Amino acid sequence: MDGFDVSSTIALILEGASLVADSKDLLTKADQAIGDGDHGIGTARGCEAVREKLTGGAFASPGEVFQATGQAMMASVGGSSGAIFGTLFLAGGKKLGGAPLLTSEGFADALEEGLSAVQSRGKAKVGDKTLVDALAPAAAAARDRQIAALPECLQAAAQAAKTGAQRTTQLIATLGRAKTLGERSLGHIDPGALSLSIWLAGMAVAAQNAWPFEPTSQP
Amino acid sequence: MRVEKPEARTPKKVLNNPKDAVAEMIDGLVLASDGKTVKLDGVNAIVRTVIPAGKVTVLIGGGSGHEPLFHGFVGENMADGAAIGNIFAAPTPDIILAATRALNRGAGVLYLYANYAGDCMNFDIAAEMAGAEGIEVKTVLIHDDVASAPKGQENQRRGIAGDLPVIKMVGAAAAKYKTLAEVARVAEKARDNVRSMGVALAAGSIPETGEPTFTLPEDEIEIGMGVHGEPGVLRQKLTSADALTAQMLERILGDLPFQRGDEVALLINSLGATTMLECLLVNRKAREVLDQLGIQVHGTDIGHYVTCQEMAGFSLTLMRLDSELKGYFDLPADSVGYRSAGRSRN
Repeated sequence: MDGFDVSSTIALILEGASLVADSKDLLTKADQAIGDGDHGIGTARGCEAVREKLTGGAFASPGEVFQATGQAMMASVGGSSGAIFGTLFLAGGKKLGGAPLLTSEGFADALEEGLSAVQSRGKAKVGDKTLVDALAPAAAAARDRQIAALPECLQAAAQAAKTGAQRTTQLIATLGRAKTLGERSLGHIDPGALSLSIWLAGMAVAAQNAWPFEPTSQP
Repeated sequence: MRVEKPEARTPKKVLNNPKDAVAEMIDGLVLASDGKTVKLDGVNAIVRTVIPAGKVTVLIGGGSGHEPLFHGFVGENMADGAAIGNIFAAPTPDIILAATRALNRGAGVLYLYANYAGDCMNFDIAAEMAGAEGIEVKTVLIHDDVASAPKGQENQRRGIAGDLPVIKMVGAAAAKYKTLAEVARVAEKARDNVRSMGVALAAGSIPETGEPTFTLPEDEIEIGMGVHGEPGVLRQKLTSADALTAQMLERILGDLPFQRGDEVALLINSLGATTMLECLLVNRKAREVLDQLGIQVHGTDIGHYVTCQEMAGFSLTLMRLDSELKGYFDLPADSVGYRSAGRSRN
């Protein structure tokens, strides 16, 4: 089955992290609107920690790469973002286990497991104006394309996350620091949903570029 | 709207590299404790230098930027340690876990912090990790801000300046009691008897970006606004110190409700830029209102305790005291951010 090996998986995640880090000002502005304005700084710090961890370590499987990403985010970001992004990648990585290749089906598994763990940690439902509003549709889209090649699956997940993130502008926050804004949160995108959709977009672009020129497939 | 920024402003702050502000703040804090606290290697947490074996220990924590909260409240008859996050961001689970390990004396660790989503998640993750290592942990959340959720939904409220009296009571109880359950009981009692409300006159700014955390029109204030600029209950024109104090006290008093004959600890807290002079005017009016209602002030604290950088505004906090809590209030306390000589009781 076709898929991405450890080094290709690292490249995917780093491209996503890099795009998030480059979006620091955008995320800061989004968080100033309905949060406390530290989301851009925090995620950029986390993405730098992910870069250090992934470029400096040796990993036996894509699952380990995901877990290392989660550990780096968890240990460096702080706040809700660190706990949520950390939980997402840690749970996803555990689900991937020791499989040697990251496949579309595996990616869908990881997103679903990550979604479940994030919801259990943060108690957010779809519609609460959180990262879940980007993650849930992304997981569903990935599952929908699980028989497609990974770049196509990732592209679908990224597009669904983007649409989901954009829809958070029409939602009233009911959890987290923004919840006290009530209707004043209308018209503003949720910063966590935005950063997740950017991360997935980066991964999708990296996958498109890597495929099929550097296929890592096993018969 | 809060999202609209006035023309760019760069507030003057006394900093080196803004990225180093938290680490350097911790260095300064530890030095100010005269050897009574120490920073843990490699993580942003401080603990008391001497903690007796078998002591129930109290771990507090939260984001930086609100000094002296939380880390300034580590000391004798106060908290035993603090997990320190970046500016306005909850500390990470590894920081909390490292502090938990360092504090554990075999009798359990009480996590005591303010009710914000990020803090809850990170402390919960750490509590699970500590539990897996066999360290007993209990959690009590502080949620004293009456402006942040209606009565009946107290556990949805944010923690603000009420953090200080709760930490003081719990620190004193943990010096006395030998079981985690008893210390947690006192923590819940103190928490359930404290109410606060703040008013914002102007925003503070994030050291790293220089950006204000919110904006308010020049001539307006927001009653009930949170320490990170979370919206409050009412935006209005600036009024007199007396009118503001009476207005805020009314909401606090009606919430518990506090009644004639109650004894209370009174805390008037500057959010940063508001001066001691202004806080003393607030105190004057608060005492007048409380006297009229027959509510007796057992003790008063006035100063900068729970701040948000150079945010202008103040908060009022009342804690209803029974004889047990009065006993804890009267004990001396010694931390960099809060010192009390205590008082003898006749």
